[in-house]
Amino acid sequence: MKYIDGFRDRETALFLRNRMTGAAERLAADGRTARVMEVCGSHTMAIARYGVRDLLPPAVDLISGPGCPVCVTDTGYIDAAIELARRGVVVATFGDLMRVPGSRETLARVRAEGAHVPVCYSPAAALEIAKREPENEVVFLAIGFETTVAPVISIVDAARRDGVRNISLLTAFKLVPPALRALLDDPAIRVDAFLCPAHVSAIIGADAYRPFVEDDRVPCVVAGFEPLDILLGIAEIVEQFAAGEARLVNQYSRVVKPEGNRKALNLMKRLLEPVDAAWRGIGVIPGSGLGLRAEVAEFDAAKRFGLVIDAGKTNPACKCGDVLKGVIRPRECPLFGGVCHPDNPIGPCMVSSEGSCAAAFKYSRCA
Amino acid sequence: MCLAVPMRVIEIPNEGRGVVDLDGIRYEVDLSLTDDVHVGDYVIVHAGFAIEKLDAEEADARLVLFERMADEYRRGLGGEVRLMAPPARFGGPS
Repeated sequence: MKYIDGFRDRETALFLRNRMTGAAERLAADGRTARVMEVCGSHTMAIARYGVRDLLPPAVDLISGPGCPVCVTDTGYIDAAIELARRGVVVATFGDLMRVPGSRETLARVRAEGAHVPVCYSPAAALEIAKREPENEVVFLAIGFETTVAPVISIVDAARRDGVRNISLLTAFKLVPPALRALLDDPAIRVDAFLCPAHVSAIIGADAYRPFVEDDRVPCVVAGFEPLDILLGIAEIVEQFAAGEARLVNQYSRVVKPEGNRKALNLMKRLLEPVDAAWRGIGVIPGSGLGLRAEVAEFDAAKRFGLVIDAGKTNPACKCGDVLKGVIRPRECPLFGGVCHPDNPIGPCMVSSEGSCAAAFKYSRCA
Repeated sequence: MCLAVPMRVIEIPNEGRGVVDLDGIRYEVDLSLTDDVHVGDYVIVHAGFAIEKLDAEEADARLVLFERMADEYRRGLGGEVRLMAPPARFGGPS
């Protein structure tokens, strides 16, 4: 366990807190605040769970970005999945999606009514179901950022190899760098630095953030998910920001290479192509998604079942969209903690195990 | 959803498959997205797939760095930190 526990030492955390003091005092003296966006739900969750905010000087403002694939998935996607389940298709999914509200209901609800909606830990399990039940059509709900895209898409190769024809993917893959670009270009949002995701970066490589550093002068630090990783990453960012510098620093070099995982990237390139994708709260970002290439179109569930995916209907009082852009904090949503809580989530940010609202509700009194 | 932790490879039953261990719990994982994984290596597992190897030397170097920071913190405070009796205004003996 040393590669987990070793990154949670309290005294190192206190050292890092002290290390930030000087830079934070310079910022405070200038009346400046560093707005640092963490772009990964696992960072959001770890920050809440380990009380990282409590260790930070007031001149450092941590805001959560659109870092959870479940949270940024449009309501209409859930509606399409529910429609498939109602048509008698086996809809295999990661567990996070089960309770995300569609326009009218959830996958959990249609499952309770008798639809076949198995929860899979791995996309490979969906392929096993397809093999075991050749009389059924199996659709895997293929959502995720780059980390998840590679494992999910590899089952297309496996299905072709094994001659499995009754499986397809309802894709809503999302790419992180185009979303960061959209956030930086939005004048309503101020982001001073990115705490870059750990395992997305394992796939795309630390160099993927170079344009933000070089063109936009925004410090980018790749950090792991353990509390000391996060604190050291923030310390690096605060020092850069106070000194007026912007550099790319890969602090998770024990896993992330500059060029990423070539094998995974080649697989993705071979089977997928960039498509425009709709992000909850942000809207359509050109080239920010991945769809199946024509050669593997037979695995595209939307084509196979003639589905049209629209934006769906969301509860107008739910502010998940603004939470995802870092415009408001979870507690500023009028539904937070009242009608919307983890047992009765109104929006995806309260459902997902990595959602900002769920993290704030579970761990923090003042997020 | 992108949760992934380092797990140690304890067996490679056939090409592209591995058995990993995390704190005594064993999982079978797909190794097809990683190159050159051997028994004893640590891999980052996500959704049943090893997505990257953990470089143990880099991880150890970082742990040494963190240990030094902890030492420096202890030295800065002049030795071990002991909890003292709370001040009287918090209800202690006056």
